[in-house]
Amino acid sequence: METLIIILTGVLVSVATYLFLSRNVIRIILGTAVLTHAAHLLIMTMGGLKTGGVPVLGEETTTFTDALPQALILTSIVISFAVTAFLLVLAYRLYQESRSDNLNVLRSMLNE
Amino acid sequence: MNNILVLPVVIPVLAGILLVFFRSHIQIQRWLSLAAILSVTGISIYILNMIQNAGIIRLDFGNWQPPFGILFVGDSFSLLLVLTTSLVAAICLIYAFYSIGEQRERMFFYPFVLLMVAGVNGSFLTGDLFNLYVCFEVMLLASYALITLGGTKAQLKESIKYVAINVLSSWFFLVAIAYLYGTVGTLNMAHLSERIAEAGQTPLLTVISILFLLVFGLKAGLLLYFWLPGSYSVPPTAVAALFGGLLTKVGIYAMFRMFTLLFYHEPSITHTIIGIMAGITLIGGSFGAIAYRDIRQIVSFNVVIAVGFILVGLAVATPAAIEGSIYYLVHDMLVKAALFLIAGSMAALTGTTMIDRMSGLIRHYPILGWSFFIIMLALAGIPPLSGFMGKILIGQGAIESGSYILLALSLISSIFVLYSLLRIFLNCFWGESTTSEEDSAPLSKGWIIPCALLTAASIALGFGAEYISPYIADAAATLTNPYIYIDAVLNK
Repeated sequence: METLIIILTGVLVSVATYLFLSRNVIRIILGTAVLTHAAHLLIMTMGGLKTGGVPVLGEETTTFTDALPQALILTSIVISFAVTAFLLVLAYRLYQESRSDNLNVLRSMLNE
Repeated sequence: MNNILVLPVVIPVLAGILLVFFRSHIQIQRWLSLAAILSVTGISIYILNMIQNAGIIRLDFGNWQPPFGILFVGDSFSLLLVLTTSLVAAICLIYAFYSIGEQRERMFFYPFVLLMVAGVNGSFLTGDLFNLYVCFEVMLLASYALITLGGTKAQLKESIKYVAINVLSSWFFLVAIAYLYGTVGTLNMAHLSERIAEAGQTPLLTVISILFLLVFGLKAGLLLYFWLPGSYSVPPTAVAALFGGLLTKVGIYAMFRMFTLLFYHEPSITHTIIGIMAGITLIGGSFGAIAYRDIRQIVSFNVVIAVGFILVGLAVATPAAIEGSIYYLVHDMLVKAALFLIAGSMAALTGTTMIDRMSGLIRHYPILGWSFFIIMLALAGIPPLSGFMGKILIGQGAIESGSYILLALSLISSIFVLYSLLRIFLNCFWGESTTSEEDSAPLSKGWIIPCALLTAASIALGFGAEYISPYIADAAATLTNPYIYIDAVLNK
């Protein structure tokens, strides 16, 4: 199971890298979103996938799943959500100012 | 356990939230934000003295005993930086009162500054690696907002670059945290340090440490500083001064924590890489500083040089060098903020940022001119001023450990700093004044006072070295002996 998730993480990272390297601002933003989700999967896998019961003390279970990676991912999802929202607004404002979402056009236009 | 430790973060956050409701009452926003920052200054002085008497203090949130909960740890190093941060932020706020413009003030300028200060303070105080990531993000999100506030074309363009770079480095941060957690199974810094010491820093851990080096290198502008000059030169002066004074320093702080507390077992690999990166940063920053004719670019490249210089101290890692780095870090926060404020004032007065187009400013604005001159001398490390102690201690450390190349690079870079700033001084302040007495725009007191205050702080730091040295020596002792920190946190 861990191997599968790690391969999935790798696929996500390569997709994100492809998106990140494009010239279109929206694609870059999508790239950052995919990239953070790859990181979340990685955190979950590094903490060990489900190895025991829910992390609440009970009588039947003796081994428990580590709850910390989930807490970390939850925090990280919130942060990534905020950053993505900010980036989308930024891209919109950039489009309003310059009427373009192509980074090459923006570079040549703004360096004048 | 001491609840006072949370105040440097909580006061700015609460004040920032409160100010959102006073959007149209600019006077309330101004005074409340200044009061919040000044109270943090007072509290951090109090805590700093408390640490001298009682040792390192910590605060476990929700009373979860370490290593299980998240916690704040206050040692002299953190508190010195919290104190300097709040001083710089207060002075930049005063400058902002007179320069930032009503439109930006209405668009929540003060709440963002307060939240950024909260993030910076949180990063300094936290004792947990993931909490460090969260505080970094709090600081970065506020800084994204500040860099775009006003929304001019140049700002928007640079901010896309700035945000993308920071998202990428935050991603690396998460990946490094994931690997570290998978390897040693904890994120509490003291506990991490203990476990890494037990495992003896295996090659895998060294690789993870280099991943952290990459992350903080991006954040601090060590070697990977390509984004820095652009994004630090587009926002308004007060914001640029806050960035130049505070943001890169958080990355430097994190690097010091990482490589003195956690990954200190393989200095021949990690510290050598830091040394090489610092050396290249010094060279690149020096070339950048003399290559441009735009004051804001020159000043931004001076930030890069300082980052390289401070990390020479970490690369050398003798007690003297660490002490020097801490001293220089505090000095640099004050002086860089002053430099950005003066450069911004010059640009605003003359309407240009090119050094060829201004001349003889000192005739009409003597205080500004002399402030710049003193700041320049302080940065170059002329004896009674604040840069001197740091330089001499780092130099001493480099000689002790035989790192003569780094020593030579750092000394040569000081000459480049002096040359680049002297060029500004001779071109802009000296020479024939292009405007007559009547034509010259009057310089508002609100612009002069912050510059003069920071200059005075730099002088005070130089002359008061005797009073400050016990704190700095204590901070260096904690950094060079990780067991002081571990014992204080894990209560052995």
